[in-house]
Amino acid sequence: MADAPLTHPHGAAASDEAAPLYAPRKQIYPQAVKGRYRTIKWVVLAITLGIYYFLPFIRWDRGPNAPDQAILVDLANGRFYFFFIEIWPQEVYYLTGLLVLAALALFLMNAVAGRVWCGYLCPQTVWTDLFYAVERWIEGDRRDRMRKDQQKLTLKTAGQKGLKHFIWLMIAWWTGGAWVLYFADAPTLVYELATLQAPFLAYVWIGILTFTTYTLAGFMREQVCTYMCPWPRIQAALTDEYALNVTYRYDRGEPRGSVKKNEVLKLQGLPAGDCIDCNQCVNVCPTGVDIRKGLQLDCIQCGLCMDACDNVMDKIGRPQGLIAYDTDMNVKARMEGRPEVRRIVRARTLFYAGIIALVGAIMITSLALRQNIYLSVMHDRNPLFVRLSDGSIRNGFTIRVANKHLDERRYALTVEGLIDAKIDIIGGELDQQGRAIVTVGPDQTLEARVLVTDTASAASSSTDLQFILTDLSNGDKAATSDHFKAP
Amino acid sequence: MAHESHEQVDAVTGVTTTGHTWDDIQELNNPLPRWWLWTFYLTIFWSVLYAIAYPAIPLVSSYTKGVLGWQSREAVEVDLAALKQQRSGMTAKLAASSLDEIKQDPEMFAFARAQGKASFGDNCAPCHGAGGAGAKGYPNLNDDDWLWGGSLAQVEHTIRYGARSTSDKGHSGTMPAFGRDGMLKREEISHVADYVRSLSGLPTDKTADLNAGAKVYADNCAACHGDKGQGMQELGAPNLSDKIWLFGSEKATIVEGLNNGRGGVMPTWHGRLDDTTIKALTLYVHSLGGDQRP
Repeated sequence: MADAPLTHPHGAAASDEAAPLYAPRKQIYPQAVKGRYRTIKWVVLAITLGIYYFLPFIRWDRGPNAPDQAILVDLANGRFYFFFIEIWPQEVYYLTGLLVLAALALFLMNAVAGRVWCGYLCPQTVWTDLFYAVERWIEGDRRDRMRKDQQKLTLKTAGQKGLKHFIWLMIAWWTGGAWVLYFADAPTLVYELATLQAPFLAYVWIGILTFTTYTLAGFMREQVCTYMCPWPRIQAALTDEYALNVTYRYDRGEPRGSVKKNEVLKLQGLPAGDCIDCNQCVNVCPTGVDIRKGLQLDCIQCGLCMDACDNVMDKIGRPQGLIAYDTDMNVKARMEGRPEVRRIVRARTLFYAGIIALVGAIMITSLALRQNIYLSVMHDRNPLFVRLSDGSIRNGFTIRVANKHLDERRYALTVEGLIDAKIDIIGGELDQQGRAIVTVGPDQTLEARVLVTDTASAASSSTDLQFILTDLSNGDKAATSDHFKAP
Repeated sequence: MAHESHEQVDAVTGVTTTGHTWDDIQELNNPLPRWWLWTFYLTIFWSVLYAIAYPAIPLVSSYTKGVLGWQSREAVEVDLAALKQQRSGMTAKLAASSLDEIKQDPEMFAFARAQGKASFGDNCAPCHGAGGAGAKGYPNLNDDDWLWGGSLAQVEHTIRYGARSTSDKGHSGTMPAFGRDGMLKREEISHVADYVRSLSGLPTDKTADLNAGAKVYADNCAACHGDKGQGMQELGAPNLSDKIWLFGSEKATIVEGLNNGRGGVMPTWHGRLDDTTIKALTLYVHSLGGDQRP
């Protein structure tokens, strides 16, 4: 082993025990391919990575008392900014709604065309694609890379590998760097990072994401999809026979044979398929599967085999689409001479689309109707009521007023429900009409103690009480009910 | 490790079997990837290192301490020190400000009430109750009746030095045991108890001799409790004409007090709690129902 060259850095060396405890990694060398789906994938890659890397730099003016970053997770102050929307921690249900929408969108995609997410949109796919592009650019295409990995390590290949890993690490580092920009003012943090003045935690997170990006996209690659990700398993359970999948049309392709042999067979009226067994579909596959074996868990349905096959079909003058978005059901139908069934609009897709529309409508409505004034009232637990020296009964409440406006507001608090109530406030003031006045700073909350006295001594053991908060600048109201307790 | 029948291949899947068969169901050999296995071995190795480095194995009356000497108690102390550091700015501001200044500043006032509430739970709640509701003999701090005065300064003095406490700056003054010490006769006590109830409008027995009671009151009680029963905060003598009764308003309870005297103790907290905590407690207690706002 001492003189064994370092030709399998990723553990490709297979040991041929009778029953190995482990499955040796089959190193995959995907070949470059051009075509419709490859172009779509480049465009999706450019858009998604462009959004990820540059979104934190977009500015959005909110006035003097709020940050001007379009998307910002302000952990220190507990705020999330998304363009014109500002979310407080207690409104985290908007995030829940967003996650519900994301899951339903995934289900809908799956019902229409299988693993669209896996093939085109998943970060694991996008970054692995980018890393493969770098690898191909430096070390050459499939054959070059296979040859270099089998030969002894030369200075040139070592240099190429070094450069590849350097560029990978740079991309990974930038990925981590972009991540932290979502949590602080991006231009300021970039300056701090460059001058080594950024918070320690920023460097830690950049380090973590550099490591995960480099490892997952450079080394783990398709193993993330086959061994780590739960979605392929869930997807298989959620799909149905109408969902379009990247399908090898074996009704047209089989039996395989060389171009000339099959043409001769066809002339003789014998069965001959269009597949010439060139293996291009396997060579370009980033997960190393053979699509001609049918639907399988390892296949992420990126569509590159369709491009590869279409290119071959063009060259030999046969129609494209031997591998295409189709269903097994239709393949069987054609073989048996039955008509094809294409049903994009069906109960399943309508159901998912309907729920997406419903959840979306609920979220938009609640966002549009949400108030910038908020009042919560908590009755004292102990004592529930207190008798004053003149015999009247008083209840204590803790109120919290949230001002979601970006300027200071004054609010008046009144109570309804008692015949003659006197209100008093600690942490605020009283105006001449006996209303409790609280002043809350911009984008802040204020807690105060409110004492309500039943001066008429008319309250029963529990009386419904309404707290009404009025914004003195525009008359907006918020109301909360509680109870007035008496002996 | 060696099984006899590895060569067997499952016809349906084309996967080799482990040779294990149960009720004709064969176990397929779909091995894990090598990195997975190595990760598994790594976690075992890690657990051994962890058990050596950190407290891990329970013994009969103790546990292995770990070579790094890490203790959860120390981690808590570090956290507490960090919390103290975080609050130090506000704590210093409280220490430098008077009670009235703190009350005028919304931010300081809110901080002081929060700190006071926590401190109240630690120190005061055993007698006064979690929310200051009090109990028989222990004043309710939510009402508007203050034995020793309800202003900020008076509340702070009472907290700091106590009442009938070990501090010579504390409040003094007790209700004498008129009956036990032979100062009043049995029927005089009965008369004066009826009279005291009448001061706050409570009903009295038909047989009650309020005039006799009034005479006993004027001779023995008015010096401290005032001619109309209005009380006297300098001596902690309760207002007898209001609706609030520290021990209870039944005649028997009042007679018991007259017989044996009363004198509940509020301890001194000066020297046991630091100045900032006492300030915070004062502001919290005052916020419960402070001053005398009817």
